[in-house]
Amino acid sequence: MRRHRWLAVAFVVLSMTAAACGDSDDDSTVGGGQSTATTVSKPAFAAGTTMANLQAKGKLVIGTKFNQLGSGLKNPTNGQLEGFDIEIGKLIGVGIFGGTVDSLGSKVEFKEAVSAVREAVIQSGDVDLVIATYTINTARKTQVDFAGPYIVDGQDIMVKTDNTTIKTIADLNGKKVCTGEGSTTPANLTAKQVNADLTLFKTYPECAEALRQGRVEAVVTDRGILVGLVDASSRGFKLVGVNVSEEPLGIGLKKGDDAFRAFLNDRLDAIIASGEWKAAYEKTLGKLGLPTPTAPKPDRYAGTGTATTLAATTTVPPSTTTTR
Amino acid sequence: MDVVFDNLDLFLRGIRTTVSLTLTSYVVAFVIGMVVASFRVSPVPPLRLVGSFYVNTVRNTPLAVLMVLFFFALPDVGILYSAYISAIIVLSAYTGSFIAETIRAGINSVAKGQAEAARALGLTYPQVLRIVILPQALRAVIAPLGSIFIALIKNSALANLISVTELSGTAERLINDTAQPIPLFIAAALAYLVLTIPSGILLGRIERRFAIKR
Repeated sequence: MRRHRWLAVAFVVLSMTAAACGDSDDDSTVGGGQSTATTVSKPAFAAGTTMANLQAKGKLVIGTKFNQLGSGLKNPTNGQLEGFDIEIGKLIGVGIFGGTVDSLGSKVEFKEAVSAVREAVIQSGDVDLVIATYTINTARKTQVDFAGPYIVDGQDIMVKTDNTTIKTIADLNGKKVCTGEGSTTPANLTAKQVNADLTLFKTYPECAEALRQGRVEAVVTDRGILVGLVDASSRGFKLVGVNVSEEPLGIGLKKGDDAFRAFLNDRLDAIIASGEWKAAYEKTLGKLGLPTPTAPKPDRYAGTGTATTLAATTTVPPSTTTTR
Repeated sequence: MDVVFDNLDLFLRGIRTTVSLTLTSYVVAFVIGMVVASFRVSPVPPLRLVGSFYVNTVRNTPLAVLMVLFFFALPDVGILYSAYISAIIVLSAYTGSFIAETIRAGINSVAKGQAEAARALGLTYPQVLRIVILPQALRAVIAPLGSIFIALIKNSALANLISVTELSGTAERLINDTAQPIPLFIAAALAYLVLTIPSGILLGRIERRFAIKR
């Protein structure tokens, strides 16, 4: 009898320890912090759909960027994930699990997905969705499907604050220009008949460093990324303020899952209508000084079957099929 | 596989960069290796200290860290080289530390009596090393020096970290443009084999020709 009591005590202590440690693994889970959430009752999905499976599993895994201020950033001081992509991810989570953004807890898990691996992690099932400043384009649509766009970003030029020579896109001709590997910047510049000397790095902070050191004269990529770099440069950099391209950013998911895609588009419509989309923008990218844009309408294109089938239909005009 | 054949010119340019990075770095690394190895076996204690400090710091730091540090951190103290030159400097310094240790092993394999005899004949220490020890030492370590060469071919892929578009960087960029990782990675792997396997065969020939047969 006595032995059993000790076992019971040991069990209680162990389970408390386990509970305390449960969330301390490296994969960041959603943290609280805001209390403006709208409560959604737990939705019911048809059996066998991806939504029903995720709800039953109690876990939605989202690939995102961990190094982009305003969009997806793992805050170095507290380890929390912050940004517009993160907020959209949580709101999608609410659409699957119900409740509020704050009540999600660890049901929505974010994993880092750098530009070059985004198709791969979707196809392998490592993540259920990719929300990582992911431009919708024709080439990518042959590998994955996209819900959204949930926002239309654009590309701009970032230069040193004292630069007076680069004022237009044409001024980039013959200049050393930095962008990220996997970016659509090279194609965008070609489309604008600009012949720049390109330097490519894995991440944009490296481009910023190269700009600071004078290795390159300009950095060209999506405005959402550049704003973060300007903000971190303590007035060392500025945006030129031109539209190099328009980037419709979408939510990447496994090719051919049309029911899941339709659900995601419905959810985007819902959060835009309820004002949650606007609130999410204002507390992330809006805080960096960007005016809140009009929310785009999700593009409900016809499904094109499984991966590697060439997409026959696309509603993205050719001139915008080129970005990071 | 179309995506590979359509971009054959880019692949060839990538292979050329890999080859030129490897060959240049190996030559420089060999010189560094010879000098550092002589330091490490030198009778002068400060030289030994410098030699072992070099080997222990450079050899024990990951190449990727050295590469990024050299490229991004040194400009802040006024040292700014182009990406290609930076890659060669870092690859040479890193590979040099391995070559130094290999040559030192070769030197240690030469019987001690030979150095003593050479000294007794009146040769100076550098002469002993150059005329008596090193020719025998190098012939004893041709195989490991060849392995280091092959490792360097593959290590040169890290130059991609600092924006030198060599073979693996070419593959990565094409993957980003076309979203077709599998054929492109296979092509890159095959291209590395085309470089490494003949190198191995050639090194085997050199070894059979020059190695000491006992």
